[in-house]
Amino acid sequence: MNPRVTLATTRRILQQLRRDPRTIALLLVLPTALTAVLRYVFDDDQAVFTRVGPLMLGIFPLATMFVVTSVATLRERTGGTLERLMTTPLAKLDLLLGYALAFSVAAVAQIAVLLPVSLLLLGLEVEGPLWALVLVAVLVAVLGVALGLLGSAFARTEFQAVQMFPALILPQVLLCGLFAPRDSMGPVLGLLSDLMPLSYAVDALRALAVEPGFGSGQAVDTAVIAGVALAALLVGAATLPRRTG
Amino acid sequence: MVNSCVRVSGLHVVRGGREVLHGISFDVPRGQVLGLLGPSGSGKTTLLRAIVGVQVVASGSVDVLGAPAGDRSVRGRVGYATQSPAVYGDLSVRENLAYFADVLGLPRGAVAEVIERVDLAAHADRVVGALSGGQRGRVNLAAALLGGPELIVLDEPTVGLDPVLRERLWALFHELAAEGAALVVSSHVMEEAGRCDRLVLLREGVVLADATPAELRAGTGTDDLDQAFLRLVRQEAQA
Ligand SMILES: Nc1ncnc2c1ncn2[C@@H]1O[C@H](COP(=O)(O)OP(=O)(O)O)[C@@H](O)[C@H]1O
Ligand SMILES: [Mg+2]
Repeated sequence: MNPRVTLATTRRILQQLRRDPRTIALLLVLPTALTAVLRYVFDDDQAVFTRVGPLMLGIFPLATMFVVTSVATLRERTGGTLERLMTTPLAKLDLLLGYALAFSVAAVAQIAVLLPVSLLLLGLEVEGPLWALVLVAVLVAVLGVALGLLGSAFARTEFQAVQMFPALILPQVLLCGLFAPRDSMGPVLGLLSDLMPLSYAVDALRALAVEPGFGSGQAVDTAVIAGVALAALLVGAATLPRRTG
Repeated sequence: MVNSCVRVSGLHVVRGGREVLHGISFDVPRGQVLGLLGPSGSGKTTLLRAIVGVQVVASGSVDVLGAPAGDRSVRGRVGYATQSPAVYGDLSVRENLAYFADVLGLPRGAVAEVIERVDLAAHADRVVGALSGGQRGRVNLAAALLGGPELIVLDEPTVGLDPVLRERLWALFHELAAEGAALVVSSHVMEEAGRCDRLVLLREGVVLADATPAELRAGTGTDDLDQAFLRLVRQEAQA
């Protein structure tokens, strides 16, 4: 691994992102627009939006970053640039960390739009510190990037890469506690829910919405998200083959 | 032989469950332009991928610059241009090459140098996706030349180019060889064979001939290299 190569990769990915208005819209506009829709779907029951609104700060970054990363790495593979890079001194972790850093920057931008709009225009109320919300949201975004990279390291074709979204993300959304509280789930679903990193983001965001501080519970949740993201990056680097058949 | 940049020996490769290279052996010395000629599907790309170390091989060995192909110690000393351009279509020529130069740890001057070499200075700040196919191919080539690699592996670099440009590129290849690099250049057009210092003719994953163009003409009794290839195929079928 080499920081110079990692940062050069980050810069290159951000240059590409800047030229891609559709992806920028997907990252910056869509989550905010959908959160606004959610707000008006529950227009006559503000309590529902107060409960689920904060969770969108976890779910949207995860889902959008996963999709954008999967597509970007897939293009890297089908365009042959991945093969070219594999003949250079670039370490696989340089590439994966380069992506993680670039999309972390994008995640900060995403939250910088989503959070103010939610708080100021949509009437979202949170008790916890803003920095903690931003931290959790950015970590979930990095988790989305890491899972996207891991998923595409396993995928051999475009079709397989697309299949990764329903396989890796939808179960997390179903079981994270958005639709039913996690403690009301049966033992099997509860265990599955405990195994899914998004659950910890939702726990942390729910607590930050109603409690004024950043307690040890949220610290543990945050550490779990960061740990899973890091593990996914390392496994992704280990499984990405330099040689193919 | 210390002089050997590439040494392929008894190479077998299986792709998609089928053996596509059946025991390939040859050497490439420094300072030589080796032409890897053969019809489409004969295994040229597979062989080049094995040389740059991105192809899973079944058996045999490929040594490059004194180390196994793809070894950490040779990455960055081998330039590789794939058949279809492997560059970022949404970045400019300069941005593309600057990134690859950073990955190789080269100074910024290296970028301008290769842009000049492939004659793209006038288009350096254009987005690659907006260039013509031939120009994109030269960006791809420029990336393979970054840092003056000791071994340069080019997969069909002249396909689809106009004769003037093709002429220029072949002159460039010989220039690079004269500077001490070894080049392996593939083509499915026998016309190009005459421009190489030496030829390895590949057919259905087997080396049909390994000779200089002059030896090939003499051995098959024809000046036309296309004819020479056909005669070799016929000889092989009779044997
Ligand atoms: N990705 C792949 N998966 C399976 N088989 C492949 C793949 N790429 C090429 N082949 C097969 O390997 C053989 C050699 O192909 P290739 O090396 O691309 O030949 P050439 O470059 O001379 O056209 C062909 O029979 C081709 O069908
Ligand atoms: Mg080919």
